[in-house]
Amino acid sequence: MRIQIRNARVVDPASGRDGVGDVYVADGRIAEEFGKPDRVIDAKGLVLAPGFVDLAARLREPGFEYKATLESELDAALAGGVTSLACPPDTDPPLDEPGLVDMLRRRARALSRARVHPIGALTLKLEGQALTEMGQLTDAGCVAFSQGNAAMPDSQVLWRALQYASTFGYKVWLRAEDPALARGGVAHDGEMATRLGLPGIPPFAETIALGTLIELVRATGARVHVCRLSSAGAVELVRKAKAEKLPLTCDVAIHHLHLSEMDLGYFDSQCRLEPPLRSQRDRDALARAAAEGVVDCLVSDHTPVDEDGKHLPFAEAEPGATGLELLLPLALKWGEAHELPLAATLARISTEPAKILGLDAARVAPGAPADLAIFDPRAAFRVAPQTLKSQGKNTPFLGYELFGRVRYTLVAGNVVYEA
Amino acid sequence: MQRNPQLNANGELQHLLSIEGLPREILLQILDTAESFAGVTEREVKKVPLLRGKSVFNLFFEPSTRTRTTFEIAAKRLSADVINLNIAVSSATKGESLLDTVANLSAMQADIFVVRHASSGAPFLIARHVKPHEHVVNAGDGRHAHPTQGLLDLYTIRHYKKDFTRLVVGIVGDVLHSRVARSLIHGLTTLGVPEVRVIGPQTLMPLGVEGLGVRVFNDMRAGLKDCDVVVMLRLQNERMRGALLPSAQEFFKHYGLTEDKLAAARNDAIVMHPGPMNRGVEIDSTVADGPHSVILPQVTFGIAVRMAVMSIVAGN
Repeated sequence: MRIQIRNARVVDPASGRDGVGDVYVADGRIAEEFGKPDRVIDAKGLVLAPGFVDLAARLREPGFEYKATLESELDAALAGGVTSLACPPDTDPPLDEPGLVDMLRRRARALSRARVHPIGALTLKLEGQALTEMGQLTDAGCVAFSQGNAAMPDSQVLWRALQYASTFGYKVWLRAEDPALARGGVAHDGEMATRLGLPGIPPFAETIALGTLIELVRATGARVHVCRLSSAGAVELVRKAKAEKLPLTCDVAIHHLHLSEMDLGYFDSQCRLEPPLRSQRDRDALARAAAEGVVDCLVSDHTPVDEDGKHLPFAEAEPGATGLELLLPLALKWGEAHELPLAATLARISTEPAKILGLDAARVAPGAPADLAIFDPRAAFRVAPQTLKSQGKNTPFLGYELFGRVRYTLVAGNVVYEA
Repeated sequence: MQRNPQLNANGELQHLLSIEGLPREILLQILDTAESFAGVTEREVKKVPLLRGKSVFNLFFEPSTRTRTTFEIAAKRLSADVINLNIAVSSATKGESLLDTVANLSAMQADIFVVRHASSGAPFLIARHVKPHEHVVNAGDGRHAHPTQGLLDLYTIRHYKKDFTRLVVGIVGDVLHSRVARSLIHGLTTLGVPEVRVIGPQTLMPLGVEGLGVRVFNDMRAGLKDCDVVVMLRLQNERMRGALLPSAQEFFKHYGLTEDKLAAARNDAIVMHPGPMNRGVEIDSTVADGPHSVILPQVTFGIAVRMAVMSIVAGN
């Protein structure tokens, strides 16, 4: 299929290009200009950008198919313009052996939708005790190793895991949270948790664990990506580590750019998230750090939860929010608030995460894989269960009016979504 | 932020979930109504027909004797039918969800649900899912709120001290885990008490508690100085030894209310306790049974206050 996309505003964060033009696609790649296309897409008034790359999207397979399936969530990804995603290993069973990873990749490939990059478990059963066969998992297609939301309670094991990963150049993605300090907590340990009588997770549960992690990166040279920062203190630690040129990157979840503990309102279980929503000061620091580039990328932290999992008292509700379809609109909203050029906003959900994944994608240039998102940045919509393709309808943004609707998504040169 | 879920479209009390966010007028309406019921409890025939034909379901997901009993007495004195469900040992252990339990009881024609639950916010969840004519009264949720206890404390204070606007109130002990303290603090600040103090060790103080409008004292004598009202909080057995406190004895040494420490308060200070008391841990027997103690009258007032709350919500 040879496709000509006409009159698009082409925004390519990799080259800084931002201007109206035509883009040609042939043989799964972006091509030089040619005549006689099989299909012409008129993209007047629309933005054409590299397809989005999401470093944290739970597809719920294997094990939680009643919450979501690969099919439903990869549809959601395409509707959100996400062409590549990394899925954390906290499935059931966890992605701790090559067979499971292989199966997941085959299933995903058979659906030929968004590209799925599994993150392997760092430790067996995510128990934080014994290392997984990282070599074999890498051969099976794992792009990095992680504990998902599971804790890493033993610093000795963490140290050894980073040494081992560093030996072979494997990447380790971890959340920074001291499990003992976070024990029992369900909300930011602040004024709101005090008022609502919810057990708190202090911000230093994050900074202490992050301090440990940074020391171990310094000691081992392991390439570490810190997942989903939540506090201003953590931002400062990352800033210093980066100034020191440590091999450290980090992301923040889109919810944490826009929401704070105040949004818990009267025990809104949609705001039960991991890590917890913190103070407005923390939120502002995260949003600023993302604008400055201290935070490398934004992730959806997509976690479909069924209604039963949310219709519970706050502390008992299952954490997480659906997010693949809100990644673009919430990134646009953040970029606008910080008066960023569109290319800079889109870099946080395309080129930067692609670099962390090590993908040769996320650029609009001849020869690059034709993974593209074409969207209308001014199209408004109200977030409602029926507007979401994800099986998870759980999001704190229900009822919000947001801007940015994807019109076409291309993966490997095929139009896999249009609306 | 959503509309306060306990008020109806006319701003009247539909459910009683928390004292926080209730206007002064509603608090006073409850206290005044309770006062009018106080006479009922002293009559030979202790009944009024206000809730005749209505069903009150006592839904206790957490064990309680005192609160459940006073709610039961209050409902019976209003001539309601009372059904006690001790769910801590029935549906919950069979795996039925909270909302399913409530939906089933609702199908049995409930009018008022009195709910106690170990999870903060559980009564809010129930209130969001009941039918428009049904009412939810929070009888204690996690660490969050115990509004009828807070109201009976306010009633007791008004009974003995008349005017809220000149008082110093000291609340002593485990504030961190106390729904009683949170409810009382909101009530006192709403009714214009100029100084509310919380007194206890750092391990038992919630972070940012000053944001609720209180002063924090770690030293008990300093905290009790010139108090008109001293409210002792219950310390749960399981918290007496561990990472929060070394021992009950040491807690008593620092924060147990003795005659000696009480001497720092005003001569006419009253001493309150939500019960059940741990003598020799929070409070010395000479004080608990002494002339300043109003602990037993609190229990009596509790019935009138719960009658007031149920009759008001049922009427709205």
